[in-house]
Amino acid sequence: MIEFAEVYKKYGKKKAIHSMSFALEKGKIYGLVGPNGSGKSTTLKLIAGLAYPSEGNVTVNGKKPDRKTAGTVAYLTELDTLYPSFTPKDLISFYDTQFSDFDQTRAYELLSFMSLEKDIKIKHLSKGSRGRLKLVVALARDAEYLLLDEPFSGLDPMVRESIVKGLLTFIDFEKQTLLIATHEIAEIEALLDEVLVLQNGELIAHEEVEALREEKGLSIIEWMKVIFQSSAKRNEI
Amino acid sequence: MGDQFQASKPIYMQIVSKVQQQIIRGDLQAGSKLPSVREMAIQSGVNPNTIQRTYSELERTGIVLTKRGQGTFVTEEHGVIAALKREMQDEVIHSFVNSMKELGVPPEQLIQKVEDYLEGSS
Repeated sequence: MIEFAEVYKKYGKKKAIHSMSFALEKGKIYGLVGPNGSGKSTTLKLIAGLAYPSEGNVTVNGKKPDRKTAGTVAYLTELDTLYPSFTPKDLISFYDTQFSDFDQTRAYELLSFMSLEKDIKIKHLSKGSRGRLKLVVALARDAEYLLLDEPFSGLDPMVRESIVKGLLTFIDFEKQTLLIATHEIAEIEALLDEVLVLQNGELIAHEEVEALREEKGLSIIEWMKVIFQSSAKRNEI
Repeated sequence: MGDQFQASKPIYMQIVSKVQQQIIRGDLQAGSKLPSVREMAIQSGVNPNTIQRTYSELERTGIVLTKRGQGTFVTEEHGVIAALKREMQDEVIHSFVNSMKELGVPPEQLIQKVEDYLEGSS
């Protein structure tokens, strides 16, 4: 389980996360949504142990995130951080030396599932291919928690679809928990169990996706419009 | 993907309707095996927990049954399938008749209108 208890995070004077509390259960798919700058990436970094809370507690399986808990968390950054002179094959070998839970066989299965070749240098790959390659190495880890930061951004609809199918095919739902930060909500709505909505560093809503439809008759996007409108009104007062 | 589902109904119920249609059309034959939860999730780009709910709901209505360790199968009782067929047809007719009523078309003109429409479109 991942837990946030009254978490605050400041970068200098700027507050990135404000009084955030939630718990994520095992075996579910969560969406972390909200506008740019709402705190999505910071939330993921706090879980991955790449940033530390200014106040409050973040725990992963009851422990504070550090280099040790990083063994249970796979983190896909939104940045383009692949080494350009590597080939996918080099990248897979490199990851294999870095993570004890990395599964090379699965990595090559994923590579062919994503229709990627293993011997072309990364600098010659298209943006869509690099996006898929990042997912290959993230999913080839047997990590309990998978954090994906904007896995769809800048990718065309066909690539997005192959990423969604890749997730559904290769994730072990008995053991793995998935947290996807994105503003491409329509893409992943049907994939999610629950959605967490952030605004200005605060968690303003946390709901089950099917409950929104059953109880309110709303998709996530429609529902977000409603809650953003009501929070805009509150701010006017 | 994504926008293939209506917002007003839970996704699991929309997939229930889709599978029911496949069964009464005969695309899924009596006694045939449904895809596994995982396969169905991948095919429709949907959360496996949602598909699990779809299968539970279908099972509750008796149109499919789960055999332990073997998977989920369409019922072999043709009576159950026939009943579902009638039920789904009745639903469509009910909503059609109601919509026409709202447009001010009296029930006695309905059949004539449908016949005219079918002739015109053939």
